[in-house]
Amino acid sequence: MTPRELLARHPFAHGLSEVQLDRLAACARSARFGEGEVIFRDGRPATALYLIVDGRVVLEQHVPARGSLQLENLAAGDLLGLSWLFPGGHWILDARAVEPTETLVLDAECVRTVMREDPVLGLALATHVIHALYQRLERVRLQRLDIYGAGA
Amino acid sequence: MTSSMHPEPARVVARHEEAADVVTLTLATSPARALRPGQFNMLYAFGVGEVPLSTSGDPARGDLAVHTIRAVGAVTRALCRARPDDVLGVRGPYGTPWPLEALTGADLLVVAGGLGLAPLRSAVYQALAGRSSYGRIRVLVGARSPADILFRAELEGWQRRHDVDVLVTVDHAEASWQGHVGVVTALLSRLDLGPATAALVCGPEVMMRFTVRELGRRGIADDRMFLAMERNMKCALGFCGHCQLGPSFVCRDGPVIRCDRLGSWLWLKEG
Repeated sequence: MTPRELLARHPFAHGLSEVQLDRLAACARSARFGEGEVIFRDGRPATALYLIVDGRVVLEQHVPARGSLQLENLAAGDLLGLSWLFPGGHWILDARAVEPTETLVLDAECVRTVMREDPVLGLALATHVIHALYQRLERVRLQRLDIYGAGA
Repeated sequence: MTSSMHPEPARVVARHEEAADVVTLTLATSPARALRPGQFNMLYAFGVGEVPLSTSGDPARGDLAVHTIRAVGAVTRALCRARPDDVLGVRGPYGTPWPLEALTGADLLVVAGGLGLAPLRSAVYQALAGRSSYGRIRVLVGARSPADILFRAELEGWQRRHDVDVLVTVDHAEASWQGHVGVVTALLSRLDLGPATAALVCGPEVMMRFTVRELGRRGIADDRMFLAMERNMKCALGFCGHCQLGPSFVCRDGPVIRCDRLGSWLWLKEG
């Protein structure tokens, strides 16, 4: 399947017109990661947005004296990475493929340019990102409540 | 069902440590006291007090009462200290069961958080005993960490079956954990849920509220969701009113209540 075809099936592109898909697909390439392979590392420049097509990815944070802690899994249909949104951003977590994982990699500068030049497409993409962010925020809120602790 | 306020003595025949602060006790009782999945007993530690505890056992063994207890207060700590041949007081069974007979033909979606897996284990036992009566059976389990996952042997046994899907997720894990990480509601977003789905949900109330919201987004109607409510149950007979939740007494009208019957009371904060 071509990157454009993969993009058309991904929830991130739902609702886009054929022309908008073409514009966004021009920023996209496919990338596969083997089990255990690191997709990006904390502190490195965030130059791309990853759309997970298949597989599973874990977000990890290294904590001194405790090692790498797993924070959340992402899977097919999810958007991986938010630090690309602003120029000069850096990843703040590690992302590692837990199982063989297929992604679409969208060049961040290219996506930001498309969003600037086509405000309608820009709003659609921004809405998708905000939706993903909101869902992530909901999950993080529930996670930090530590609801399974004694007495909770 | 007995309406007695007086507990009857029951001997502990087995004790199993599930996690650091969680113990499963098996008590010998008469078949007349057999619990249906979802129902509960009042378990009495003599001289300390009694607490409501749902059955976590196999309903096929009506001669045994199986309860899984987290040590969080004086009574539950005393119960968790009980050893085989100790005698505890039991009264019950009380409350409403999971409506498994009424859900014949449904795709069962079991969503358990933390100790909420205990009352749902009984339901899964019953569903698997009548496996051909249901469509898909999926069990989603959320726990704090890998060390806090309850009933690992059963979960692994169910995972080995080809007619049950089991997904376990933990809130936090070290790098060596190979399973899912994240809240249990995140697993829901990855499932295809058809109109035949009926959800059985048990866990901390905040987890159940998030789950109901997510199931609603996924198109599951309120009358296809069943929640096991935990409120401050004291008499277990609907007399004292401690567990009142709107028009319902959780001990008498629950603990298993259909979501549309709870309505906005689900969002009422317990005092």
